[in-house]
Amino acid sequence: MATMLERQNHSADPMMPAPFRVQRLRQDTYDTFTLELQPANGLSEFAFAAGQFNMLYVFGAGEVPISISGDPAKSQTLVHTTRAVGVVTKAMRKLQRGEMLGVRGPFGTHWPVAEALGSDIVIVAGGIGLAPLRPALYALLARREKYGKVVLLYGARTPEDILYRRELERWRARLDLEVYVTVDRAAGNWRGNVGVVTTLIPKAPFDPRNAVAMVCGPEIMMRFTVLELQKRGVPAENIFLSMERNMKCAVGFCGHCQFGPAFICKDGPVFRYDRIKDLFTKREI
Amino acid sequence: METLEPILAEHPFLQGLEASHLHLIVGCASNVRFDAGQFLCREGEEADQFYIIRHGKVAVEIFGAQKGPITIQTIGEGEILGWSWLIPPYHWHFDARAIELTRAIALDGKCLRTKCENDHDLGYELLKRFSNVMEQRLEATRLQLLDVYGNNA
Repeated sequence: MATMLERQNHSADPMMPAPFRVQRLRQDTYDTFTLELQPANGLSEFAFAAGQFNMLYVFGAGEVPISISGDPAKSQTLVHTTRAVGVVTKAMRKLQRGEMLGVRGPFGTHWPVAEALGSDIVIVAGGIGLAPLRPALYALLARREKYGKVVLLYGARTPEDILYRRELERWRARLDLEVYVTVDRAAGNWRGNVGVVTTLIPKAPFDPRNAVAMVCGPEIMMRFTVLELQKRGVPAENIFLSMERNMKCAVGFCGHCQFGPAFICKDGPVFRYDRIKDLFTKREI
Repeated sequence: METLEPILAEHPFLQGLEASHLHLIVGCASNVRFDAGQFLCREGEEADQFYIIRHGKVAVEIFGAQKGPITIQTIGEGEILGWSWLIPPYHWHFDARAIELTRAIALDGKCLRTKCENDHDLGYELLKRFSNVMEQRLEATRLQLLDVYGNNA
């Protein structure tokens, strides 16, 4: 049976949304929620690579690009985590089990999970930036023995904003994964770290000469993360970032997400840092 | 008799310091420990020490009458706490509380100031190291102020 990925690759119209049904909606934090979707058009699975995104269409409200945040190995259910901040995502949060949604995708480039075999991996996530990185972590953990050290550094605004809290606790309990969490501010009863996520990098246990870094979060956070990673000695070609711009068509036609000579939707969202570093601090784009 | 010199020499903050300078500093050092919940310093008190953290975690806090204690930063192994001993009028500006058992080396501020006045090379070397810590913390504070994960960021 054809998957969405295959359909897209085999000339099906990438502008045509496929119907999906809401299986579950879970509120993660006060403004962030996770949707679990299942195909409603006879497809048995939805294949994607860690780091890719879909265009989710709430009928009558509009379409938005959302990263896929589920396990690439569990392709029967499509998982998206997002924040209710605009008209479409606020409408999305109100969807009930069984209601329909349109899905186009998957689109874009992926995290270098296969390319990083044998290396230490340092994942740096800020805020909801953990969502697009979670599929990479699932994929890394599925073949854990193939990598060196795996380190997750996660920064959130406050303890209440920590995403996937139970999962983070489970990951932290593992002996083969280093997890460090910090928040930007906290009340006095918080016993964890306080400080921006970049402050975790100098102390994180990885070999910078043999590490691949995967970074996702607000662009300012990523800029300072890159500086800290480079200060540790991670080469620019081993740093990967997930960029965000106003994506509309998702296939490089409309130009809304143009990023210098690239389009975020088809050349990204995951970029190797050395290939975009000249654009990274340009105000004009 | 065993001194604190080898421990100080290994701490990231003092790594690479000349042996003669380390020898001067160790005369101002003492071993301390704080149980979870114990304060290392209190806002307004005389800042007559700074701490080289060996193990554990310390919360730097500010107390608001309505909000209670607010943690603005945590400091752990390999880091240092306190530069108020360097800057007149030598008073702490924040509270610092151990949030787990913390072992540190306390350095007597008055003793160090005197030694730095007598040996400007030592003073300059220490100031360079403190400037580096201040720069990192200023940058981190600016990022915190930006509230990059907020809706309006």
